[in-house]
Amino acid sequence: MTASPPPASPLRAKRVLPGFGLTMGVTLTYVGVIVLLPVVALVLKGAEIGPARFFAILSAPRTLAALQLTLLAAFMATVFNAAYGLLMAWVLVRYDFPGKRILDALMDIPFALPTAVAGLALSALFAGNGWYGALLEPMGFKVVFTIWGVAVAMSFTSIPFVVRAVQPVLEDLDPQYEQAAITLGAHPFTVFRRVIFPAILPAYMVGITLSFARSLGEFGAVVFIAGNLPMKTEIASLLAVIRLEEYDYNGAAAIAMTLLVIALLLLAVSNLAQARALRYKGKTA
Amino acid sequence: MTASAHVTAGALAPRESRLVPRLLIGLALLLTAVFVVVPMVYIFHRAFAAGWSVFAANIAEPGTLHAIWLTALVAVITVPVNVGFGIAAAWALARFRFPGRKALLVLIEIPFSISPIIAGICYLLLYGRQGLLGPWLLAHDVQILFALPGIVLVTMFVTSPFVVREVLPLMEAQGSEQEQAAVTLGASGWQIFRRVTLPNIRWALLYGAVLCGARAVGEFGGVSVVSGSIRGQTNTLPLQIDLLFNDLNIVGAFAAASTLTLIALVVLVLKAVMESRRG
Amino acid sequence: MKTSLIAAVLSVGLAFPSFAQDKILNVSYDVARELFEQINPAFAAKWKADTGRDVTIDQSHGGSSKQARSILEGLPADVVTFNQVTDIDVLAKGGLLDADWRAAFPNEASPYYSLPAFLVRKDNPKGIKDWDDLVRDDVKSVFPNPKTSGNARYTYLAAYAFALEKYSGDQSQAQDFVKKLFANVPVFDTGGRAATTTFAEKEIGDVLITFEAETGGIAKQYADKGFVRVTPSLSVLAEFPVAVVEANAKKAGSEEVSKAYLGFLYSPEGQKILAENFYRVNDEAVKAEFAAGFPDVKLVTVEDVFGGWDKVTAEHFAEGGILDKLFVNQ
Repeated sequence: MTASPPPASPLRAKRVLPGFGLTMGVTLTYVGVIVLLPVVALVLKGAEIGPARFFAILSAPRTLAALQLTLLAAFMATVFNAAYGLLMAWVLVRYDFPGKRILDALMDIPFALPTAVAGLALSALFAGNGWYGALLEPMGFKVVFTIWGVAVAMSFTSIPFVVRAVQPVLEDLDPQYEQAAITLGAHPFTVFRRVIFPAILPAYMVGITLSFARSLGEFGAVVFIAGNLPMKTEIASLLAVIRLEEYDYNGAAAIAMTLLVIALLLLAVSNLAQARALRYKGKTA
Repeated sequence: MTASAHVTAGALAPRESRLVPRLLIGLALLLTAVFVVVPMVYIFHRAFAAGWSVFAANIAEPGTLHAIWLTALVAVITVPVNVGFGIAAAWALARFRFPGRKALLVLIEIPFSISPIIAGICYLLLYGRQGLLGPWLLAHDVQILFALPGIVLVTMFVTSPFVVREVLPLMEAQGSEQEQAAVTLGASGWQIFRRVTLPNIRWALLYGAVLCGARAVGEFGGVSVVSGSIRGQTNTLPLQIDLLFNDLNIVGAFAAASTLTLIALVVLVLKAVMESRRG
Repeated sequence: MKTSLIAAVLSVGLAFPSFAQDKILNVSYDVARELFEQINPAFAAKWKADTGRDVTIDQSHGGSSKQARSILEGLPADVVTFNQVTDIDVLAKGGLLDADWRAAFPNEASPYYSLPAFLVRKDNPKGIKDWDDLVRDDVKSVFPNPKTSGNARYTYLAAYAFALEKYSGDQSQAQDFVKKLFANVPVFDTGGRAATTTFAEKEIGDVLITFEAETGGIAKQYADKGFVRVTPSLSVLAEFPVAVVEANAKKAGSEEVSKAYLGFLYSPEGQKILAENFYRVNDEAVKAEFAAGFPDVKLVTVEDVFGGWDKVTAEHFAEGGILDKLFVNQ
């Protein structure tokens, strides 16, 4: 959403338009109370722990395993969404077929559907006695209570990111380069690889980063399907909650801080990618 | 959007066999059916598995009714507040340049990128009896956690970026020429906002409000940390699903889930309508 | 229909009773859901008869350690009905109630008891009879996370006690036994009820280990699945301590009704409801009436085998304790 090019004459606007004090005051107060203050509470608690203890918590086998699982499952989910999202964006922009508008609308389901609902449905579907599980488990492929289940839940909740990032860029793509390439006898796949893909790449990266960030943070859908097996299918945010439930406030704060830092890093990466994407596109997706 | 698609598809058509598009469309339909459509259908399937009357009885169960009521209440408080905040923030950020603007932009986006469960833990560390403000709250007999205020605050945290992120890019893209003209003509700030800005951003605003509402209704992780899950008191609908599931009332859980799915579908329709209005 | 639904929504949410009413919040362990659904109306009727006043009882259920933490953080519980004394001791340490809370009610403030027992699938296909069978390679057990669930801590202690007896007190052999048991668990849920769901709904595992009361309730609820209840040869006495959270009750002015509520659990009427929910009770008449439902079992106590809760917490459950060694490094 950020960093569109500034209005033509910002300084004049600043002088002319009213309401800076009021809107700024409201914004700072709200962000301060709702966002900053709670985050500061976490950081203060984290600082209280001390570096040695902090490191000990993070390097405990169970914490490491949880972080590793979270990252790996988020990676798996993102790989799937990168492929699926690109396919959907391509199909929705480039082809005409009956039901296309419905398919387009369906892409937003994972954002509109509460994650707990998604988790409930997915865990029941993939359970050994569910529609999918009954099909997959005889083939020796177990989803529920494995990393695959975690990845499935994560990928479901972050489906729209890649589609919605790539779609507008693909729509606005100037067809003349493609046509030139085709006239010159290039194979359609070569055209895609050499002409289209580079143009959508920055937006694609934004979508992938957002998808990854959301997967890392997903909780509601995952806890229903993961099974919470320590060292195996326990995601980091759940471990933070479990530490809390064990009265281990330091442990909870340390893990929460780590996730916060990872999220902020990803936010920075996505902002950078977005800034790059803007060179290709006038407005944000 | 279909118009431009025609052009390019037409351009590629002579070289491309019909097979590739058909395969890709088929694959897209199959994957979407498996991953998006079937889970939704499944919720209704399970909710109505025991028939309409059982479904109705489950929805009319006092705990679930109260959860519906509480969830609606949380959304009704959260959405207007975030709309107000969204307008203020978008105005300040789109119409003015000031030091620290970039930092503020990042700050506003934080809730969108951190896990709601972390948000819940943050609030616990702030307002909990052993938290930063806990002793003060206790001394003044203010109950924030495990009550409506805590649930609303966490929901506000999680949903705060939704309106801004819809309105801000639009206001930036539109520029401020019209508003400046209005100032020259002697209009007051409130008049400018109502007559000039609001008509331009109203669909984006509504759209942001709908997304914010959808998220407020569905928030689970953050609220689960601060709710205390008192039956018929502090259980929102998503928490009620979890509770019913653990009560071994699976049909009830799916019935509650189906109401949320219905809300999600309404949101989708609203969104489609607004997108066509927005152009 | 539609208007009545809306009216119902509004009345549930909005209508605060216009007359003075007693109100208590009972914060309880995870698998007590059905129990208090029956206890509460019975008590409300009795309270009305005794005092002429109405009482609303709100419930919150979850892993009992988690519940205790929430109360420490400000969950306004008037009474707690837990499954482990340590979780109430934590509240005492937090200054919410007296350290000698066990003296406030008869029988060390424990109105009923139960024990870890087994629930197996129809016809007991794996032939599970006792703790020995749970360490076999072909048996998958389901019970919750002992870090968050008092229920699971009893399971841990019962298995440990069984192994100590089997290996004549050899600690390292007992630990190997428990370690093997843990290795056979495919999933650790945070609360007792989630473990039940895993076993009964998701059909994972060959045996569910939980309170005998829960095995009885689940076998009854899932009669069509034909689950079989199995009582092991030895188990640990699981007390269910209760207490008034004095700090909260004083503030809310609910001390009197809170005490009466917990006292009701000791009354013949309360004890009967407990027994109907497969809890073991001390009331002689009720005990005789329900004797057939409660097979004899050798019950050891935490005091006898482990030297009391303080010792067990320090040695087994504290960070880096024996449990951590057996639990995490699987």
